Amino acid sequence: MTRQPFILRNPSVLVVLALLAAFTLAVTLMSTAYGSGALPTSTVKVLGKTLCLALAAVAMDLVWGYLGILSLGQMAFFALGGYMIGQWLMYARTEAIVAASLSGNPIPPTVQELREAVANQIFGVVGSADLPLVWTLAHSLTAQLVLVVAVPGLLALVFGWLAFRSRVNGVYLSILTQAMTLALALWLFQNDSGFRGNNGLSGLQNIPGLDGVGQARLSVWFLWASAAALALFYVLAAWVVGGKFGSVIRAIRDDETRVRFLGYPVEGFKLAVFTLAAMITAIAGALYYPQAGIINPAELMPIASIYLAVWVAIGGRGRLYGAMIGAIVVSLLSSWFTGGRAPDLNLPGYAVKWVDWWQVALGLSFVLVTLFAPKGIAGIFDRLAGILPPRRHGRDLGPDQGALQEQEAKA
Amino acid sequence: MTCRLIALLLNLFLALPAAANPALEAVIADNLDQIERPSRRTVEPVVARIAATGPEGMALLSAWAGRSLGLADGRLVIVTGDGATDAVTGQAVTGADPKMLRPNAGVRGVIESALVAGEIASPDRARRAAALASIARDGTAEHLAALRAAAPEPDPALAARRARIEKLLTIRFDADPAARVTAIQDMAGDVGLDFRAALNPLLATRRVASADEPQGANIARELRVGSDDFPREAAIALLTAQGLVQPRLTAADQRNALAAHIVDGRVGGVSVAELSDPQARDRAYEALEGAGTVPPAATEAETEAALAGIRFFDVYAEPEAAVTDAARAAQRGAEWRLGAMKGIDLGLDALSLASIYFLAAIGLAITFGVMRVINMAHGEFIMMGAYTGYVAQTLIADRTLSLVAALPLAFAVTFAAGVVLYRLVIRHLAHRPLETLLATFGVSIALQQLAKNIFGTQARPLTAPAWLEGAITVNDVVSISTIRVAIFVLALLFLGLFLFIMKRTRLGLEVRAVTQNPGMAASMGINPDRIAMMTFGLGSGIAGIAGVAIGLFAQVTSELGQQYIVQSFMTVVVGGVGNIWGTLAGAGLIGVLSKVIESFNPSNTLAAQTFMILFIVIFIQFRPRGIIPQRGRAAEA
Amino acid sequence: MNRIISAAAALAISTGLAGIAWAQEGEPIKIGVLHSLSGTMAISETTLKDTVLMMVERQNAKGGLLGRPLEAVVVDPASDWPLFAEKARELLTVSDVDVIFGAWTSVSRKSVLPVLEELNGLMFYPVQYEGEESSKNVIYTGAAPNQQAIPAVDYMTEELGVEKWALLGTDYVYPRTTNNILDAYLKDKGVAAGDIFVNYTPFGHSDWSKIVADVVALGADGKKVGVVSTINGDANVGFYKELAAAGVSAEDIPVIAFSVGEEELSGLDTANLVGHLAAWNYFQSADTPENAAFIEEWHKFIGDDKRVTNDPMEATMIGFSAWVAAVEKAGTTDVDPVLDAIVGIEVPNLTGGTATVLPNHHLTKPVLIGEIRADGQFDIVSQTEPVPGDAWTDYLPESAVLDADWPGKQCGMFNTQTNSCVQVQSNY
Repeated sequence: MTRQPFILRNPSVLVVLALLAAFTLAVTLMSTAYGSGALPTSTVKVLGKTLCLALAAVAMDLVWGYLGILSLGQMAFFALGGYMIGQWLMYARTEAIVAASLSGNPIPPTVQELREAVANQIFGVVGSADLPLVWTLAHSLTAQLVLVVAVPGLLALVFGWLAFRSRVNGVYLSILTQAMTLALALWLFQNDSGFRGNNGLSGLQNIPGLDGVGQARLSVWFLWASAAALALFYVLAAWVVGGKFGSVIRAIRDDETRVRFLGYPVEGFKLAVFTLAAMITAIAGALYYPQAGIINPAELMPIASIYLAVWVAIGGRGRLYGAMIGAIVVSLLSSWFTGGRAPDLNLPGYAVKWVDWWQVALGLSFVLVTLFAPKGIAGIFDRLAGILPPRRHGRDLGPDQGALQEQEAKA
Repeated sequence: MTCRLIALLLNLFLALPAAANPALEAVIADNLDQIERPSRRTVEPVVARIAATGPEGMALLSAWAGRSLGLADGRLVIVTGDGATDAVTGQAVTGADPKMLRPNAGVRGVIESALVAGEIASPDRARRAAALASIARDGTAEHLAALRAAAPEPDPALAARRARIEKLLTIRFDADPAARVTAIQDMAGDVGLDFRAALNPLLATRRVASADEPQGANIARELRVGSDDFPREAAIALLTAQGLVQPRLTAADQRNALAAHIVDGRVGGVSVAELSDPQARDRAYEALEGAGTVPPAATEAETEAALAGIRFFDVYAEPEAAVTDAARAAQRGAEWRLGAMKGIDLGLDALSLASIYFLAAIGLAITFGVMRVINMAHGEFIMMGAYTGYVAQTLIADRTLSLVAALPLAFAVTFAAGVVLYRLVIRHLAHRPLETLLATFGVSIALQQLAKNIFGTQARPLTAPAWLEGAITVNDVVSISTIRVAIFVLALLFLGLFLFIMKRTRLGLEVRAVTQNPGMAASMGINPDRIAMMTFGLGSGIAGIAGVAIGLFAQVTSELGQQYIVQSFMTVVVGGVGNIWGTLAGAGLIGVLSKVIESFNPSNTLAAQTFMILFIVIFIQFRPRGIIPQRGRAAEA
Repeated sequence: MNRIISAAAALAISTGLAGIAWAQEGEPIKIGVLHSLSGTMAISETTLKDTVLMMVERQNAKGGLLGRPLEAVVVDPASDWPLFAEKARELLTVSDVDVIFGAWTSVSRKSVLPVLEELNGLMFYPVQYEGEESSKNVIYTGAAPNQQAIPAVDYMTEELGVEKWALLGTDYVYPRTTNNILDAYLKDKGVAAGDIFVNYTPFGHSDWSKIVADVVALGADGKKVGVVSTINGDANVGFYKELAAAGVSAEDIPVIAFSVGEEELSGLDTANLVGHLAAWNYFQSADTPENAAFIEEWHKFIGDDKRVTNDPMEATMIGFSAWVAAVEKAGTTDVDPVLDAIVGIEVPNLTGGTATVLPNHHLTKPVLIGEIRADGQFDIVSQTEPVPGDAWTDYLPESAVLDADWPGKQCGMFNTQTNSCVQVQSNY
């Protein structure tokens, strides 16, 4: 039997790509810079950022939905990507400003003077004037772009290697990933760590060298870039989970011990997927923060990663498009409800203000989804596609207590 | 001047009786402006003059310090309750709406200091104690004389206190060096803050650079240039500050000098465009030096020559060598003791933190450790407990009663919440720990926001009753607040309770049976579901009580639980799941570690927290089953 | 219906009120309110949102502005810093507001700055901050360090005789920069480096026993110890509780706080804190008729007699009045003419003086020192004449040479040594 081409085996990939292309085209045609202007620049930015979040959710689904690791520290990688690109954005922009200002002096500045002036501009705000060691490569775009994937990748590799090697798994691993992101956030909160503490890196929306372009056009460009990245990595993720490799990682999710006994290097597989997901998340972050304009350590507090898990769960884990849908729908809904523009719900005797009650609703809906619809929104598509779970009357799949039940084991 | 005039006119027009104390009247009239807007630095002579006018003056001063002095129509009135009397004449003033004077704390200190002499021998014990406290805070040479002249103190506690203060003042102010040395030797070995505060100023030194040994100075030591505590740069900086050495040419000075001498786009023969190179700048500057247009910069040889001829000394501000020697000996003698005391204090802090973590984690140790049910809303149960305490305090005014009511109430509320959570959510997710984790996260998010909606985001007051206020003080170094001791006791109580329930009660037996083999337990007639529910409720209830305890020493906010949840899980996991002693060990490790890291870098508490968490992350990688790993078949489940 | 009748009646009775009827016809002037209504900053910022709404209502009752009614556009940036930038862009481009009142934390201001400067908006920032900034598009109505921190330290030295300093702060930019400035200032005044103890704690810190012990131990030198606290928000509760438990009275070790006001004290039992200090430009206990009227209006507007007023509310009020005066002077709400007009505007404050908008976009403000009372209010023990706000501190060498002069030099970061504008846009 000949193997069908990748795309034919995964028709959903084509649908997602087509929808993404149509969406991007529609937004472009409605933008102020390239179209009718029906969508203001701030909305274009929101949509572009949402695409980045969707990409992060796809990576999260790789780790959680397919590999079975509930990582509660994914946003650490997301933010690290943002920090890495942010360093260059800040440095280069400041350097241009400083060079322009120093060129007014009678004597041209030395390299040392230029560097000191840049450091003073960036860190004067937080009460320091030296360029910390971690900023050594900040002047080089290439170097920082490499660091965008290298730093989170390395962190995931080292962390994963340590954790998987000592067989930390399940709930322990979740808590450990949470501790990791908490430690990183606390470290970044310190001024001494050299990332401007609580102030973080700001003014990132002004891209050095593109001063004349204007935010209206830049926002569309970033939307394109985000859409392209999402498309690319969606295909990559679908390819990874589609083949034999994908079968192995799903097997690891369902019963790690058995896969190990079958002779597969389980740790290697886990490490590979964990690191790949970290890098994809970092790229999403590097595209997100220039659109958001500011990054600070609050972005990687544990709660952010939990929200990512919430999106994936509501969207439907174990389905890449489910993760995407979850991220897009829930994050847009969240911003609509907390934006203060959702109309109050007038119950008899009490007006529900969504600003106050949205979190409660989200938390409870999350409980409901976990209890009653473990497949999330993607479950609806499964239903439509006629994929129905085999009737095992809810029994465990394996003989052991704690083996996955049938609801969890499909994908 | 105008003030006096107005006062005089007022006197005339209102035909008030003649001033009972003309001297006081005059002082007030002269200094009304000072009295109305006093400053610590200038008020002293005024206070002294008022004090010298007799009992009316003293009464005025004590009213002034007590903020019961007011100004009405240019006259000072003493306000007591709803009546007011004229400060000078002592007559009742009616119908006046005095503007109350509010001297600041510094001024009040000066006034109290002036009042002290009369209070040392006051018949009222409280006033004598207050007087001693005031002297201890701001003693002067006059106080020493007054203390020595005062009648003997009848109260033994106060007498001891007075003797100590007298000694301390002797060290500082006595004219006779021998008396000071004796006083120092008497107190040697004491680690009291006041004693050290008396010694350290005696041993304060200043750094002197001179060619010869300074005459008549009490020299602490001669410094060797280039030694570890006196590097060459420090010596040069000192000489530069004293003008003995030309300052080095800084990069900025060089740049400014060069900029000032640009001629036709060139400086000293170097084109301006080249000056972005530091070496080109040096060349240009040397050329300017050669031409004599800029002053030559200080050279290494000049600095060397200046250093060679000068010796450096640390000189005591205190002229008497005998006193400084005695002080130094006393300080050395107390050094070891002081270090040990600091260690003990750190140990107490660590113990206290450990007990707080233990208390926060003990509920988790039950639900997670024993039942293997993960509950991310545990932190919110702690928060619910704290808010229950707050509500109890708003309903019951008496703080002891409200605390007594709050503890069982908090247990009941969170027990009920735990049971509801178990019945509605956790039971349906049995054996699916990751789903349980996520679902309880949802509950946690909802509960937090709910608390915000009900109580607002502002911290709510939860105040300990008076008998839990204050601290248990061994000496000035070793002390711990009473509330922390209470929490420690509470933690011990719960440890005992836990052990009792697990080892001595039917519930404990059943819990252990269900944990080890639910199937077998069920067939023996135990209802595993009911046991799990009860255990979960128990763990949640204890979290509620922990919440009340934490709220008493920290702040009650909706984020209270969030701050403890990660640490609590760490405590359980680090210690080893399924074993209360492991949780205890985990809490101990985390508590001690945080405090030790904190003491290494006292200026950055955040760093301590970061490194503590980092340490735990790494620790778990190497000992994934914790300090006390669970053995046997249960460990495999 | 009633309103129409009464408006008609008013029109018939008095021509003086005709302005109102006319005002209703004009296109409304939109005022953006960019304060968090949810999240951690909500409690502080919601109060300011209400203050702006109260001012808008008051102005509309007076007949609006330039014959047009005012309309507040309220958005919620939810204590999420990137969201501040997003919402500011939305306000300026979608809602087309003429002015924004908003932001509380420094990081939220830094987040909004690039958007304001790109779109040439105008924002009034009402909170005391660390200085080192002067944007063309922001009017800073809160205190700069020389209007709060420096006078407070002077007070501690002169009135309380403090010789040894503990600078305790939460680890973020305001305490960091303020402490840097204070460190330089104290050293300038001859305080030795060893006599300054600095500590930074995380947000919401609760375990203060060690830090309080460290502070008490500073007294071993025989010098009077004083604490300058830039501890933020809830963490103060635990800090003051531990201070009280350790028996540290205000006479022994006075604590002066820059972030503790009436609002924060309401979460505490203040009995043990009596005598500790706070430095602000306004206290609710200020004894002036203007303040009494303001408090009454506030209580009426919010419908709760127990609500306190605080310094940022006064700053919001001053900013609003200054903007109204500038718009009236300029005859338009366009940003550039308003900015030209606003410099030099003088409006009354609530403590019996006036606030003048300076060329560096800061205000003149009096510095008040208050001692905490048992009822959670402050006894004002010191009040200075209005001090002009200094955007760039004189005590840090890099900033000392900088000056900001918008109408004169069109520059917020002007190097007086080289006589050149370092940069027109702000540092973010």
